[in-house]
Amino acid sequence: MGHCMNHCDYLSSRSILFSSKLHSLKSNTFRLFSGSSNRLGARKAPSFPAALKLRPWPTQFGRLENPSYRANTVRSEQGFSGEVLGKALPRVGKRADLKKIMILGAGPIVIGQACEFDYSGTQACKALKEEGYEVVLINSNPATIMTDPDLADRTYITPMTPELVEQVLEKERPDALLPTMGGQTALNLAVALAESGVLQKFGVELIGAKLDAIKKAEDRDLFKQAMKNIGIKTPPSGIGTTLDECVDIANEIGEFPLIIRPAFTLGGTGGGIAYNKEEFETICKAGLAASLTSQVLVEKSLLGWKEYELEVMRDLADNVVIICSIENIDPMGVHTGDSITVAPAQTLTDKEYQRLRDYSVAIIREIGVECGGSNVQFAVNPTDGEVMVIEMNPRVSRSSALASKATGFPIAKMAAKLSVGYSLDQIPNDITKKTPASFEPSIDYVVTKIPRFAFEKFPGSQPILTTQMKSVGESMALGRTFQESFQKAVRSLECGYSGWGCAKLKELEWDLDQLKYSLRVPNPDRIHAIYAAMKRGMKVDDIHELSYIDKWFLTQLKELVDVEQFLLAQSLSDLTEDDFYEVKRRGFSDKQIAFAIKSSEYEVRQKRLSLGVTPAYKRVDTCAAEFEANTPYMYSSYDFECESAPTQRKKVLILGGGPNRIGQGIEFDYCCCHTSFALQKAGYETIMMNSNPETVSTDYDTSDRLYFEPLTVEDVLNIIDLERPDGIIVQFGGQTPLKLALPIQQYLDEHKPKCASETGNVRIWGTTPDSIDAAEDRERFNAILKELKIEQPKGGIAKSEADALAIATDIGYPVVVRPSYVLGGRAMEIVYSDDKLVTYLENAVEVDPERPVLIDKYLSDAIEIDVDALADSHGNVVIGGIMEHIEQAGVHSGDSACSIPTKTIPSSCLETIRSWTIQLAKRLNVCGLMNCQYAITVSGDVFLLEANPRASRTVPFVSKAIGHPLAKYASLVMSGKSLYDLGFTEEVIPAHVSVKEAVLPFEKFQGCDVLLGPEMRSTGEVMGIDFEFPIAFAKAQIAAGQKPPLSGTVFLSLNDLTKPHLEKIAKAFRGLGFRIVSTSGTAHVLELAGILVERVLKLHEGRPHAGDMVSNGQIQLMVITSSGDALDQIDGRQLRRMALAYKVPVITTVAGALATAEAIRSLKSSTVKMIALQDFFNVESEAASSKTFTTVQRATSA
Amino acid sequence: MTMSLTLSIPLTCFVPKDSSVNSPRYRVFTVTCSSAIGTPALGLAERPWKVSDARLVLEDGSVWKAKSFGASGTQVGEVVFNTSLTGYQEILTDPSYAGQFVLMTNPHIGNTGVNFDDEESTKCFLAGLVIRSLSISTSNWRCKKTLGDYLAERNIMGIYDVDTRAITRRLREDGSLIGVLSTEKTKTDEELLLMSRSWDIVGIDLISGVSCKEPYEWVDKTNSEWAFNSRDRETFHIIAYDFGIKHNILRRLASYGCKITVVPSTWPASETLKLKPDGVLFSNGPGDPSAVPYAVETVKDIIGKVPVFGICMGHQLLGQALGGKTFKMKFGHHGGNHPVRNLRSGEVEISAQNHNYAVDPASLPEGVEVTHVNLNDGSCAGLAYAAKNIMSLQYHPEASPGPHDSDYGNGNPLFTYMLKCDDDLLKRVKFLLYCYSGLSVCQPIFFFFNLSIYCIKFID
Repeated sequence: MGHCMNHCDYLSSRSILFSSKLHSLKSNTFRLFSGSSNRLGARKAPSFPAALKLRPWPTQFGRLENPSYRANTVRSEQGFSGEVLGKALPRVGKRADLKKIMILGAGPIVIGQACEFDYSGTQACKALKEEGYEVVLINSNPATIMTDPDLADRTYITPMTPELVEQVLEKERPDALLPTMGGQTALNLAVALAESGVLQKFGVELIGAKLDAIKKAEDRDLFKQAMKNIGIKTPPSGIGTTLDECVDIANEIGEFPLIIRPAFTLGGTGGGIAYNKEEFETICKAGLAASLTSQVLVEKSLLGWKEYELEVMRDLADNVVIICSIENIDPMGVHTGDSITVAPAQTLTDKEYQRLRDYSVAIIREIGVECGGSNVQFAVNPTDGEVMVIEMNPRVSRSSALASKATGFPIAKMAAKLSVGYSLDQIPNDITKKTPASFEPSIDYVVTKIPRFAFEKFPGSQPILTTQMKSVGESMALGRTFQESFQKAVRSLECGYSGWGCAKLKELEWDLDQLKYSLRVPNPDRIHAIYAAMKRGMKVDDIHELSYIDKWFLTQLKELVDVEQFLLAQSLSDLTEDDFYEVKRRGFSDKQIAFAIKSSEYEVRQKRLSLGVTPAYKRVDTCAAEFEANTPYMYSSYDFECESAPTQRKKVLILGGGPNRIGQGIEFDYCCCHTSFALQKAGYETIMMNSNPETVSTDYDTSDRLYFEPLTVEDVLNIIDLERPDGIIVQFGGQTPLKLALPIQQYLDEHKPKCASETGNVRIWGTTPDSIDAAEDRERFNAILKELKIEQPKGGIAKSEADALAIATDIGYPVVVRPSYVLGGRAMEIVYSDDKLVTYLENAVEVDPERPVLIDKYLSDAIEIDVDALADSHGNVVIGGIMEHIEQAGVHSGDSACSIPTKTIPSSCLETIRSWTIQLAKRLNVCGLMNCQYAITVSGDVFLLEANPRASRTVPFVSKAIGHPLAKYASLVMSGKSLYDLGFTEEVIPAHVSVKEAVLPFEKFQGCDVLLGPEMRSTGEVMGIDFEFPIAFAKAQIAAGQKPPLSGTVFLSLNDLTKPHLEKIAKAFRGLGFRIVSTSGTAHVLELAGILVERVLKLHEGRPHAGDMVSNGQIQLMVITSSGDALDQIDGRQLRRMALAYKVPVITTVAGALATAEAIRSLKSSTVKMIALQDFFNVESEAASSKTFTTVQRATSA
Repeated sequence: MTMSLTLSIPLTCFVPKDSSVNSPRYRVFTVTCSSAIGTPALGLAERPWKVSDARLVLEDGSVWKAKSFGASGTQVGEVVFNTSLTGYQEILTDPSYAGQFVLMTNPHIGNTGVNFDDEESTKCFLAGLVIRSLSISTSNWRCKKTLGDYLAERNIMGIYDVDTRAITRRLREDGSLIGVLSTEKTKTDEELLLMSRSWDIVGIDLISGVSCKEPYEWVDKTNSEWAFNSRDRETFHIIAYDFGIKHNILRRLASYGCKITVVPSTWPASETLKLKPDGVLFSNGPGDPSAVPYAVETVKDIIGKVPVFGICMGHQLLGQALGGKTFKMKFGHHGGNHPVRNLRSGEVEISAQNHNYAVDPASLPEGVEVTHVNLNDGSCAGLAYAAKNIMSLQYHPEASPGPHDSDYGNGNPLFTYMLKCDDDLLKRVKFLLYCYSGLSVCQPIFFFFNLSIYCIKFID
């Protein structure tokens, strides 16, 4: 089962946070627009006395809040009083009155709030522990490093609702709460706790940002007023509740285009850009209708303005520094998280930059963020430099994470230290060690960040970028020039590009109109449209006119096309050393060069190396080389001097996971970090290589050395050549490094490089690439299973449509179809008939001998099991955890809820699973982790669905559930240790129950259905732990944002396949006192069974229909499974989307419905208790040691 | 189109020293001024980049291949690095860089071209510009010209496509190095190396080359578009000694309502005192303060009689005039991100810095107070001597380029340091009264850092 969360909606998050405020706005909407006379009125308003008395000259941006100045000015009005000046200097320094601090995490990964908050939370935990504070942490996301039990003193993996956090506060009684590390989730939670008086009740102080400051920054109206106070412009806008009001606002703003954003709708439904009066009225009407509160925001469009961001830090002594300036290549109109961004800002003169700096400093002071980091976004008119401030985040944000990685300045760590009283100059710069943190980083390279999207996962949604963030991850690259960093960032994305251009792109085939559209309307592939347009000879000026992308960037790109044109006319032998340097300095990869000169990547590399053209690694040091820095945070360039200075120690190279995407996210970063920690402890020097700025792994202090580099064959081989590590670890970063395993192995076989520690050759550690291949290659794998007598669902490989139909007929429908070698269930579908199979083959994938399609029997109603196991090189295998999925087989394991230990599986089946897993691990010579998926049919037959000899998505969850860090063990095993050395010899079956639940991003993708299927679409996960399954399940549901209702009405609509279960579900809910509502088909079945049901019309049958009931709040829970009937399908989809919009929990599977009923039953009879992770294991280690299960099998041959 | 001419640039008055014997020699360098070299129309197969045509030879013997822009020829100078991310145009026109090659650590230079608002003097005085990457286009609504054209017109050599970070690391380790920049293929590396080793910047009077020749009145204020603080209340008369003064110092003072007379570095103290100014400013300037004993004498003659304020070179001259010593720093401070602590208020400002010499605070006489310290290395960043109404800063409160942190925005004239420094009001008032009675000039109390209306009101 999966649920949607929506945290960072442009408008709605603010609206939700201050919904009461929004309602009250109706009366004072026009206050904003009434010009200067009103301003005088505002000056007298009691809410801003300080700001107004103090500023005699409104346009100043100096030290407005400067304490000594304040004292002086006050005195000038009141006469001298003497003691005020004595207080002028704030007391700073570490606070001794705080002992215990609570940190709020960000909860599950959702779009707009990804693992950057694991990075910030982890840094905060470390920093506060380092200062000797006791740290209590709350985060519902088990895949985070910060929820490792040893990072905080007390770790609560629990739902993050105000009521439940209150319980934790009551239990732990912390002195302070730090809410600025966990994104919008934490901030909203802190506001709720502060406003309800809970913080006051328990005497908890908010540190890092005060309530007033949070409100001033988050509430649009207060923010605008604050900006007005200090004379900084904001885009003119207003909130209207009727069409007339909207028109008034439009008149006030005075010019088109106007942006209309309805409040309280998801994904900007009903919003848009109006270019004329008619359009404006149409969109406003639609927006008012779509908005739950009948409110729309009308805003002046700044489309095409340049967008900048400044990262600001302030301490309690009122020192302010700017950490980084960021320029967005995509101009205003695209959410900054979806924009390609560059640091430092490239197209500002000093005067312009200092103006933004002055503004940022004034803003952080006016908003009143006492200490910590903030992010301020500006729009700058490219034709006259007019500046408007767009928004400010009074917390550590995604941009802060980016700025930290871009400059080497650890913003989150510093913010944590500032929150406990330090001033910036009291903290040493982490990198130079000698200079203070109170400075502004200067960088001598260019950083480019490019977002990564997943529109292909959400059919029905339009791949268009707007002010609502849709990207699921990002890659960052550093280079000495923009071109170098840009090309590296493009190839870091792993979207099949080895750089920008020099490839056969679909855009090259487009006609001019299509290209122009793609340039004009921002979309994920716009940069490739720019390439195609340039190849066609379109001028930089024309591209600028269409896209508003600054010409500076376009000219840089144009030069890359010129270089490509040059290369196209060359052959490999023509290229000189100088040529290579020139081309490589522009970021071209060997693969791109090979494409242009019609050679192979291999040959290009050989030639390049023979000319001595190798990358020089530069260090990131926050100070542009002004001071010595020993922190080995490096990036490649083709400059003269290499600063990497590799050591001769025993060392390992860990390949990270690259940009986050659906199916490969924070879980793999967790594994990489754990590997680094464990091997460091075991005496190895660890070298991390990754390109994802959001992660903990790319923190410069996670590993001994960090290379911020694309994860491609070329870049990895360069580092292998340079570092010559003892081992290379490819198992932990997901598919990204696994795909590199074979080429790396080939290279190692061919060149046999000696490792730098002189203890042998460089090797890939862990399961060999050959074994990995054996598990992934269908035919090899089938042979092994046959040999081991392991059952798997019937299936076959189809190389043509005829093949496919034949196989399907042979094994019988329903079947699961998917392309071979898939990631995260890409394009996987369950098909029930020949027609559908043909449609699938025609639309979803191409089938030919090169790209075969796999067809397997779909096991209806089977229970799916996930197993994580650990094997050492001595032949020992231990089961890490057996997870029972709540949803039936067929829902991608990443999207389905699961529990440890299993709940309903007979022990005979578990025995089969254990024995098969162990046999398979041994047969595949697994060294490290292996994940297997099984299906158990209703009749109790076990089938193996899949085996992956690598770390899986579930490793962090299992580790936390059983209290053993599996990834750490796995890395030690790979270094040669046996499981006996580690003392991990038995499967641990915990006495408590852990439930994992997936979180899905459907709200962000208009128009796509919310049904779960074999294609993975969740972005994150939450965990619920308790001693009873129903409560653990309920906790997971609440954490995922779908609090089960305790009473009310359930809407049931089941398709024919699931109708047999209808009676059971209905009875369960009736038993809990729920009313049941259904449409004709379902109601008929229920009536036959004698169950009381109310009938309601289907959406297409007339009104009032089910949708009306949803919008009237008459339905509290919906259970809808998909239906075969086309009309019903449209209906069901619309209904599910409506439920999403009105935040009614939707359950789309039978198992999920039953589990929910059980959870409701438990919630009604007992209260949810908050238990710290540490407590589960302390209790169990005493009581439950006898419960462990002996599953280790001694190696027979070793 | 190229034309060749020999000109005597200000630098020719330097006394270079021979590498072995330090015997004085004079040298005239040939600078070829060329108009912008338009890139020849490129056929597709032609290399879309320029080939290396310049060398930078450092006195440590390293030779750096590079590409030239701006003027061509051969030039010698001291290489210093600047870590500012913005403001190359201000740096190019800052007279304090006379005789130096400025190496910008920010790789992309020239992105915003040049305009006519952002100049800090009427000329480019620096010896040359060393950058990693020259922008192939410009993007800014104020841009009037490309950087290459601008430098070519002003006979300034520039090179790009060198590993500026590698050179910076050398400068950091070895201290500032003398370098020779040449586009002349006929000169061997050895010749250029010899040239660099026979040149020295220590002890050379660079100020006379950059100072104005005649006194003049300054009226320009900070353009309203960029105004961040301004005040139009009292009018104070300030005499500013031009040792290479940055225009922004003058603009800021004018914005605060000052009437400014700029005088040449050699302007006699007696003449200054005759004008009965409210205060005297000693400006920033290039090179070694020890090389201009006459300026130190002027400062000595003025202090104690009129409130004085010093910036950068002015600060160093004040240090010397008070009997202190200055010394050459390893690689100086050049950038816009230096934290400076105001020792009395405890606050930290991010400051713009550009100096190679510093005042040794230990050598200062009793009564002189170090008011500001550079937090990066603990060097003296500001002085005050209450008894003689002296205040000076080693860094650039006028910024340009750099942050405006030091330009306190509470309506006082530019350098309101005494306000910031005094944490004890009584002391300040006493001090004021002292100033008031002790000054022969019976003007309203003007302390440069005018103590704002209320203080005066209080005294009244």
